[in-house]
Amino acid sequence: MFRFIALRTLQAIPVILAVITVTFFLVRAAPGGPFSTEKAVSPQVQAALEAQYQLDLPMHQQYFNYLADLLKGDMGPSFKYPGRSVDELIFQGLPVTAELGFYALIIAVLIGTLAGVFAALKPNTAQDYVPMSLAMVGICMPSFLLGPLLVLVFSMWAGWLPVSGWGASPGDKILPSITLGTTYAAYIARLSRSGMLEVMSQDYLRTARAKGLPEHIVIFRHALRGGLLPVISFLGPAFAGLLAGSFVVETIFQIPGLGRFYVQAAFNRDYTMILGTTAFLATLIVLFNLLSDIVAALLNPRLRYQFGSK
Amino acid sequence: MSTVSASIQEQMPKGVSLWDDAWTRLKKNKLAMFGLGFLLFVGVICLLTPWIAPYGYEAQNLRLGASPPSAEHWLGTDTFGRDMLTRIMYGGRVSLMVGFIATAVALVIGVTYGAVAGYAGGKVDAVMMRLVDIMYALPFMIFIILLMVVFGRNLLLLFLAIGAVEWLTMARIVRGQVQSLRQMEYVEAAISIGQAPSRIIAKHLLPNVLGPVIVYTTLTIPSVMLLEAFLSFLGLGIQPPQSSWGLLISYGVETMEEYPWLLIFPGLALTLTLFALNFLGDGLRDALDPKASRD
Repeated sequence: MFRFIALRTLQAIPVILAVITVTFFLVRAAPGGPFSTEKAVSPQVQAALEAQYQLDLPMHQQYFNYLADLLKGDMGPSFKYPGRSVDELIFQGLPVTAELGFYALIIAVLIGTLAGVFAALKPNTAQDYVPMSLAMVGICMPSFLLGPLLVLVFSMWAGWLPVSGWGASPGDKILPSITLGTTYAAYIARLSRSGMLEVMSQDYLRTARAKGLPEHIVIFRHALRGGLLPVISFLGPAFAGLLAGSFVVETIFQIPGLGRFYVQAAFNRDYTMILGTTAFLATLIVLFNLLSDIVAALLNPRLRYQFGSK
Repeated sequence: MSTVSASIQEQMPKGVSLWDDAWTRLKKNKLAMFGLGFLLFVGVICLLTPWIAPYGYEAQNLRLGASPPSAEHWLGTDTFGRDMLTRIMYGGRVSLMVGFIATAVALVIGVTYGAVAGYAGGKVDAVMMRLVDIMYALPFMIFIILLMVVFGRNLLLLFLAIGAVEWLTMARIVRGQVQSLRQMEYVEAAISIGQAPSRIIAKHLLPNVLGPVIVYTTLTIPSVMLLEAFLSFLGLGIQPPQSSWGLLISYGVETMEEYPWLLIFPGLALTLTLFALNFLGDGLRDALDPKASRD
């Protein structure tokens, strides 16, 4: 097990480095410097600006400087918000996005596994078809459509919940969390259903029933552990999806989180901000993938050997 | 002699090919057939849009402004008095085109890569698949956004970027299949008579992985269309004057309180099409690979 974790962690490092490198050079390769505005700037001012942000150094030197700064946790100043650093902006948005993502994940996992297990208990009956049809709706209905529709119905027409905001008025966290969580609830429902169905036909479950265990123990103690494995492996990619989804949800509900900063930085061509957020989010995603792989391997010894033999 | 063999043939049950068999199974699946029918319907409409659209794409009727559905404008008009049905039809052309072309890009890269890795085996395979593993770990959504920001919102780039993400799973599927097919005697026979690897892959291996490839392709198209709609919604995908369902939805959101039909109709078009594609994909999986469970 230790070997697995060590190997898997070592593998994550080059990935993170690759992400940062690719991002760095992509952003630097972008046409138009960060200070090209409609107003013509005199060459001296331009040079002074570039010197201040060390853009006059050779490319490789800028790259190594950036890496060295990153190691110290310094992502540089924001180009668009003078006097504020990228770190500051990221850590201002992070708690909000983390809270949103946490609620969404809870919704996704709770509703998803419940629906999936429920459906798998009586396959090919109404108890199966109804939740699975709903899951299909959840998968086909993108968050940027679901969110506005929920706002239209529950905020504008019914007037029960606030239209937008985060933590400003009671209940304004409900709709964004549901919007973000629904798609993943749908995927998890499908995954846990098929996982459970697969496990239910295994010999060890027949043994458990044969020795007279009550059905709820068979399900909860024996079937769930194997049946929900696919869900755990899915949590890594789901986390990446949740982050990307938060871009849209935070834009729709005007939530001051990381995703909204990222989209704004993208539009403002705030290059240090883009670079910093990309590197940060990408690292987060890689780490979460790592975590979900390790948890999956803890629960399923076969995965470990598969990896070790490679 | 010939009459004897003919009579024997008559007595033998008629051969059922894998494809006939799959088609029979697919026909029994009502949801999948509905999906197929709906997609053909949408596809034909989008193909013929320039000839059958009720109004011009840019034709405005400012006097009308945003009007709810009526006899003249079945799906209403937008704030510029443009016919929504027409705009949804043109938007569908772009959405479907992105879906199909980007999937085709993913298909070509993924199948080639997977087939080569699976056929070569050994070290080459190990290196190639490790590369895929690493790329799996990359947060592509963020990269696509970055690409769109850095290099402008270029349709060609969008195809390439989306295609570059989606080929990974395809490569894995094809590689696994090719690897097991490669052990078959008929492939060994082909090798022993000195056929070139490229010919063996193209002639003997690829036709046999067609089933899973078709299934996965059908399921990739909706995820690609979602990705395009997502980017267009953020303003990073399709740019005006061109339009797509994602872009129409983002316009609809701005005015949904006053004119909800501007959000609902493009949303319906996108959701129903994605529905149909997913139903068809699930149906194809059941039909082509009866062993695989539907999940």
